[in-house]
Amino acid sequence: METQHLFDTNVQLIKYKVLREVIRRAYEGGLENAYTIPRAIAPGPKPDMRCCVHKERAVLMERVNLAMGGNRENPNVVEVLYEACDECPASGMMVTDACRGCLMHSCQAVCPKEAITIENHRCVIDKTKCIECGKCAQACPYSAIIAQHRPCIKSCKVKAISINDEDKAEIDNSKCIQCGACVVSCPFGAISDKSLVLDIIKMLKESEDNTKYRVYAVIAPAIVSQCRFGRITQVVTAIHKLGFHQVVEAALGADITLYNEAREFKEKAAESDAPVMTTSCCPAFVRFVETNYPELKDAISSSVSPMVMTAKLIKHSDPTARVVFIGPCAAKKMEYTLEKTGGMIDSVMSFEELQAFVDARGIDTTLCEDTELDNASFYGRIFAKSGGVAQGVAYVAGQLGVDGVKPCVMNGIDQCRQQLALLRAKKATANFFEGMACDGGCIGGPLSITRSPRNVVDVDKYGNEAKEKTIDNSVKLYNLTQQPSQS
Amino acid sequence: MVIKVCVGSSCHLKGSYSVIEAFKEILKKYDVEDLVDLQASFCLGHCAQGVTVVCEEQDTLMLHNVNAENAEEVFAAQVYPLIQK
Repeated sequence: METQHLFDTNVQLIKYKVLREVIRRAYEGGLENAYTIPRAIAPGPKPDMRCCVHKERAVLMERVNLAMGGNRENPNVVEVLYEACDECPASGMMVTDACRGCLMHSCQAVCPKEAITIENHRCVIDKTKCIECGKCAQACPYSAIIAQHRPCIKSCKVKAISINDEDKAEIDNSKCIQCGACVVSCPFGAISDKSLVLDIIKMLKESEDNTKYRVYAVIAPAIVSQCRFGRITQVVTAIHKLGFHQVVEAALGADITLYNEAREFKEKAAESDAPVMTTSCCPAFVRFVETNYPELKDAISSSVSPMVMTAKLIKHSDPTARVVFIGPCAAKKMEYTLEKTGGMIDSVMSFEELQAFVDARGIDTTLCEDTELDNASFYGRIFAKSGGVAQGVAYVAGQLGVDGVKPCVMNGIDQCRQQLALLRAKKATANFFEGMACDGGCIGGPLSITRSPRNVVDVDKYGNEAKEKTIDNSVKLYNLTQQPSQS
Repeated sequence: MVIKVCVGSSCHLKGSYSVIEAFKEILKKYDVEDLVDLQASFCLGHCAQGVTVVCEEQDTLMLHNVNAENAEEVFAAQVYPLIQK
């Protein structure tokens, strides 16, 4: 298998190589000598990524550390790799050599702060006056002015990243919503998520082939967009081969979430003339509301996320079950530790980690037989894309006879901020707000193998393949698990 | 008694939900609704012989190839006698 072509970027590929080696050693031995992994991956003597092979190995050692769980004292699932952070320049608006010292001086003309002067026929920006509006860069006919920002800082929509005294990126945990946008954006791969994969391997081993307890994998619906090699039904088989007892779609829980949210909206509508509700399935969005719009906290749906709901269903039918969620999301690694999830999820694995796991165990997905996967409805499956939850709730609300649902789709944190500001100012026209932190929804998740525009097509196709066109059967299942035990 | 109907993918495709509906009717008809807790279960590991139904009283009875049509027959012959009244 040509793993090089599997990922969108080289950063992912390096992370993958480290994870694969850590997992391989967890089974075949050699993890106690984890310090030899960097050398195995970067044998030298010439470097191919950094200034010298020693720097490469120092960075790789940090990656090994993250793959093995990272700093457990830091509650944030996203961490800065000190050695990897390349101290990118962050000088703001900068004039490059392309400046020709023209006569027009359109840069100067558009500057609202009179920060630009022309010295020796060249444009000079006074940093003390510049507000980095970027108008000069747009105006320059030679594109000679560029904005120099750190990609991590630019990607962080909640301004949680700053530059510390050592010129390294630093994350403010009180502001960070753990969406993982910086993980994707850092061109040096210097911000990354911690892996829980060793915990998961331990859990699988100690289950003694699912005899002591059974380990279930709950897969996020975005997984269909990730199956570049083999079909989803083959990936399910591959997950079985890793030692999981069964694979269940999180979309099944999503069906129930739709049902609960529509019911909750109905209750709110009965109590108030102007009911307002937001979704609760995206943990980064929920944290965004909690930290940035605390006055809107009560509007967040009280339904648990599809991940937690699916685990609840599993643990009802199999009380000693262990449940591992597999998804594209960094924030899920945070959500599962929250008290409100009631310990339903035992661990979380990313799609990147799943790929490394499957390859480390020598499983060729393309050769796997097909395992049927059909638990959930069309609506549960399209949860993975922006707009999917709103579409589902509108449908279910219609079925339950709930009138007046006016959905608003908030795609990415920028849109969430805009719409929530309107809502806070009581100027919003909608009353049901779907919030997703990642652009495009879960299919744009930071720990995906690929974030191609094709993903949304795959998700729609998968949704349409669902045997269940409505959520009725999922709700029946939910109702069955709600009955008090009588025996 | 607890009756668990498998709703794993394989059984699901073979009609778990119609089996559940059938059992609901049957439990009503035989007036044992209060004595039986009807539940759904994820994969019980007998995918080839689905739909699988497990009945747990003192002993565990595993039923295979159950469908909406034969549910009552199977229930009357094998499950009903085990229900402790």
